[in-house]
Amino acid sequence: MLKVLEIFTSAFWVKYGAILADGLIDTLIMTFVATLFAYLLGLPLGVILTATQPHGITPNAVINRILGGIVNIGRSIPFLVLMLAIMPFTKLIVGTRLGIRGAVVPLVISAAPFIARMVETSLAEVDSGVVEAAESMGASPFQIIWKVYLPEAKPSLVLGGAISVVTILAYTAIAGSVGAGGLGDLAIRYGHARYETGVMVVTVILLILLVQLIQFLFNRVSAKVDKRLR
Amino acid sequence: MSQPIIQIKNLNKTYGSGDGAVSALQDINLNIEKGDIYGIIGLSGAGKSTLVRCINLLERPTSGEIIVDGQDLTVLSPKALREARRNVTMIFQSFNLLMQRSCIKNICFPMELSGVPAAQARKRGLELLNLVGLADKADAYPAQLSGGQKQRIAIARALATNPKVLLCDEATSALDPTTTASILSLLKDLNQKLGVTVVIITHQMQVIEDICSQVAILDGGVIAESGAVEEIFSNPKTAAARKLVYPGGVQVSQYPVSTRAVRISFNGGTVYQPLISSLAIECGVKVSILGADTRSIDGRAFGTMLLGLPNNAADASKALRYLKSQPNITIEEVNENVESA
Repeated sequence: MLKVLEIFTSAFWVKYGAILADGLIDTLIMTFVATLFAYLLGLPLGVILTATQPHGITPNAVINRILGGIVNIGRSIPFLVLMLAIMPFTKLIVGTRLGIRGAVVPLVISAAPFIARMVETSLAEVDSGVVEAAESMGASPFQIIWKVYLPEAKPSLVLGGAISVVTILAYTAIAGSVGAGGLGDLAIRYGHARYETGVMVVTVILLILLVQLIQFLFNRVSAKVDKRLR
Repeated sequence: MSQPIIQIKNLNKTYGSGDGAVSALQDINLNIEKGDIYGIIGLSGAGKSTLVRCINLLERPTSGEIIVDGQDLTVLSPKALREARRNVTMIFQSFNLLMQRSCIKNICFPMELSGVPAAQARKRGLELLNLVGLADKADAYPAQLSGGQKQRIAIARALATNPKVLLCDEATSALDPTTTASILSLLKDLNQKLGVTVVIITHQMQVIEDICSQVAILDGGVIAESGAVEEIFSNPKTAAARKLVYPGGVQVSQYPVSTRAVRISFNGGTVYQPLISSLAIECGVKVSILGADTRSIDGRAFGTMLLGLPNNAADASKALRYLKSQPNITIEEVNENVESA
């Protein structure tokens, strides 16, 4: 379609430049804020899941099963469904169901269990012998988490971070369909509903570039912090 | 003699319960004296790793007492146990260094755990690096080191809290023979310099021979024999001990039935005593060596040798008389497959 070529005209950018810039910024804010809060929830959750495993540093079958169950439930509800289902809760927490604020609550609730599993997987990669060595030196469970598990798993946690951020970015686009704003919202309202092919193409290109950039940055950071690769 | 630094009393360890229960250790009693280098040897699955891990309670005994430096570890609270563990540190077959920390930070790790100020810890860390001969590796990461160097860092780390006991769980099993020898001589050196009691778990006879003063032989979860290394080596009493001390065995069955054979056990005479030559020269009797498995420990000979005596009865008894008159050996006539290793 030749209509695509309109993105090379100045008229297109005069008309949509500001909207696209706002959408990009909204997407970045939603992704960043949601990732931050999702990690605040998901990281401790992943740590507790690891520590309370049968052969963990503080085995506790009850806590492990309860948290594991909650995480599984969270993981099994598709984001769109969860977002609609918890709207009253969202309104209670942030006062609105719309916009960035309205999107962050379901984004966090949906991403936190995902992140918990990512963290759990990263921590599982830490050599059990090293954990045992720390125990043999008299490290407390808290010290083992803080000084062994987390630092030793750092490169893996960073790589997992890239996957989490990209996942949350994808969720923001879905959130856009029900009034969250951001690039997803633009793609749906302009690109889909009004046949503005140019807007659709630009949002897709922006999302692709974002994902590439996120992956590149996280890979760089992971390699930089990993002392095994010298 | 003062109280042993480690006393293991009626130790039992069972995994699982009911019908599926597996008994790993049964009624272990062991005293390890202060300043010893104590070897615990056994074949795979004998329970030796479980035993050493019971000493610092990485494995909790099913029953029994582990008394280290006068304190029964099995009754301590988690916090008190963590304190006690600073006194009984451990090195491992796979080194278990923190891969994301530099060498000096690895060595400082136990001091960090116990709240030693960073500057003071670093100073002691550098001293320890010097002690293990890796002063130039302070800021290197474990991934940059060889196996032997990693184990040296692990040893320095284990010594950071001035422990009274150093447990070595197959510490040289992943190393080549040359590196093994250098790590063993380092352990011996540290034992002498610092007076730290060393407990070594191994399946390598060579390790026991090289540096241990006392040894316990673990077989199927029980201690088959224990005592001074020389004693056990010169006169292994149990089948388990013989299997370890003379893995090749010396069997009569491989030789013509008519051969009259005699087994000589060397009990620690000088290695350089030319027994067979002097037999030939002094008695004019020629014997054949059917088999031998001997080793030298601190310049003294231990082991057994199987001699085939001449068919001539007079010569044979002459040889026997001569052998019986020699010091530091015991003679035993064998008629058939006695030594089944």
